[in-house]
Amino acid sequence: MEKLLLLGDEAIAQAAIDAGLSGVFAYPGTPSTEITEYIQDSKQAKELGIRSNWAANEKTAMEAALGMSYAGKRAMFCCKHVGINVAADPFMNSAITGANGGLIYIAADDPSMHSSQDEQDSRFYGDFALMPVFEPSNQQEAYDMVHYGFEFSERYHIPVMMRITTRMAHSRAGVVRRDVTKQNTINLPEKKNQFILLPANARVQYKELLAKQENFISESETSGFNKYIDGKDKSVGIVACGIAYNYLMENYRESECPYPVLKISQYPMPQNLLNKLYEECDTVLVLEEGQPLYERLIKGLLGKGKKVSGRLDGALPRTGELNPNLVGKALGLNVKEGFPIPSVVAPRPPKLCDGCPHIDSYTALNEAMKEHGEYKVFADIGCYTLGALPPLKAIYTTVDMGASITMAKGAAEAELRPTVAVIGDSTFTHSGMTGLLDCVVDNVPVTIMILDNGITGMTGSQKSSATGRIESICQGIGVAPEHIRVINPLPSRLEENVKVIKEELAYQGVSVIIPRRECIVWANKKRKMAKK
Amino acid sequence: MKIDIILCGVGGMGALSSAAIISKAALEMGMYMKQAETHGMSQRGGDVQSHLRLSDEPIASDLIPEGECDIILSVEPMEALRYLPFLNRETGWVITNQNPFINIPNYPNQEEVLAEVRKVKNHILFDADKIAKEVNNPKGTNMVVLGAASKYLRIDIEKLESAVRGIFGRKGEAVVDANIAALRAGREVADKM
Repeated sequence: MEKLLLLGDEAIAQAAIDAGLSGVFAYPGTPSTEITEYIQDSKQAKELGIRSNWAANEKTAMEAALGMSYAGKRAMFCCKHVGINVAADPFMNSAITGANGGLIYIAADDPSMHSSQDEQDSRFYGDFALMPVFEPSNQQEAYDMVHYGFEFSERYHIPVMMRITTRMAHSRAGVVRRDVTKQNTINLPEKKNQFILLPANARVQYKELLAKQENFISESETSGFNKYIDGKDKSVGIVACGIAYNYLMENYRESECPYPVLKISQYPMPQNLLNKLYEECDTVLVLEEGQPLYERLIKGLLGKGKKVSGRLDGALPRTGELNPNLVGKALGLNVKEGFPIPSVVAPRPPKLCDGCPHIDSYTALNEAMKEHGEYKVFADIGCYTLGALPPLKAIYTTVDMGASITMAKGAAEAELRPTVAVIGDSTFTHSGMTGLLDCVVDNVPVTIMILDNGITGMTGSQKSSATGRIESICQGIGVAPEHIRVINPLPSRLEENVKVIKEELAYQGVSVIIPRRECIVWANKKRKMAKK
Repeated sequence: MKIDIILCGVGGMGALSSAAIISKAALEMGMYMKQAETHGMSQRGGDVQSHLRLSDEPIASDLIPEGECDIILSVEPMEALRYLPFLNRETGWVITNQNPFINIPNYPNQEEVLAEVRKVKNHILFDADKIAKEVNNPKGTNMVVLGAASKYLRIDIEKLESAVRGIFGRKGEAVVDANIAALRAGREVADKM
């Protein structure tokens, strides 16, 4: 079969297309975005009629994927790690309903927070929901695991999670493809009440889920994705999870690893293999890309057994991504060092693009807020989060998708005056609409700026569910039409824009200001595409 | 044969297209490769980097270990310095354009930056923008730097040229020729040194 050069994200996408996928459901989020984009751009996927439009948020996406699985077809859901928080409700409960058609949830974690607000480890969710988790160590394995994952999901009637990290998502390597599997036809669940989680049913199904754990463990022992590699020196046994295995092997490129190694790419943990390592070795070193989940479990709360090292005892740093040097040091090897970074080097943080409409929105807002003092602007997740940095320094919070509106509401209810929420168009339809409804129901004095640049900008220009709908959504939710104000964020309009913002700040109810101008990156992309 | 390269610059300067060209050439030579990129927030005028690893044998890590990088190839001098912890102290090369890209208020003194580059034993520090303009390809700075680096890449320049043809082919013959001219002009600089 042909060999392709693919990002980890693309390998997953191509694998899903080849494995009989009928639909991908996702909301953009770095580093997961390229999976869905690849399917959207794939000629093969188009010919196969695979559905791939963006969803409003991760919860709606995951539920739709579950619905497709209910109908008997293979579905995939993709998000960045924090997206699983948004979809946590269907995630937890779909482990209890189980799947019908093969169902894979992809969670792309971001250790070191290259482009995220935390470095939560999605494997915790898998453990929490009692759901099998796959953690590929390379692009080929990611490709192969999607095929296996769909079969696994259908064999045991369980959704499965695949957890990748930024390095896997955004690194390219050669991938060998397999034959294409046909899509399933509609095939409804055998058990009529499988998806009815009434307490009486749910209790039964939860017990069934618990009973399946033995099968999951036995798959983990035998699937081949987990491997026990023997070594002569039993002073240390190494558990290497996901891509941490690569960093281990990088250190033994020119020689064999002297220690026994348990390579882990599939959970729940294979207990026999783990027990063998623990019994044979004097100490255990756990290498995990992410949080020390299994290090803590192997060690136990009291740590009374054999010495277990890793992120918790300082052998590896407690936070951030691993790399070959950190793993080498944990092994006590003499690792090479390069030159230090010269002190003259200055950081070059990301910033809003020249000509970005958000700059003009913030300039007007800063001017209008001058008389009100600091700490009164609540913002959200998107390019406009960069408004926190100098020279704009316009915002005071960024917590999670949609939190601008609801935090501004809570602060207003604490009698902070005035409070302003700044939220992007796509973030508004993701998780801002329900918060706006709360504001309207309680008639709280907040001024909400919905920055409408016509696209999901931060993740690289994906279609926004909000486009063309913002005013009607706000009206439908109950914002008074005279307090829905559209402005054009341009330097030449500064004066009139400041005036509009000041008027709405003075209004003691819910107002929405919509600064509307196209994202400059998207405008340039469109121009280039038109030329072609 | 094993070669580890860091390609770097600022978003939009073409560091990642150079990575794509080397990858394509290496793949055609049947080599194993891994290429890790930074995406996401780096699109907003921040620093951009790619770890590109080529080898006759399978490659374990997507990231180059510190102290083992063979070539830092940069379109901006301060960005080249940012990755010095990765460079092999004895045998590593820094090949960079000398003109700063100033989009931050605290960009350091240019002479101090260049002096730091010159401290590295093996370096090519040159005005790649000027050479790109001379061959009528003012946007081809990245190709000029890649041409200069080709001497130390252990990949034939013909292979790189054919990769340029493959990657820019759909943009038309003029774009291909302009980039190949920039590539060759960069190589001449390295050959004269």
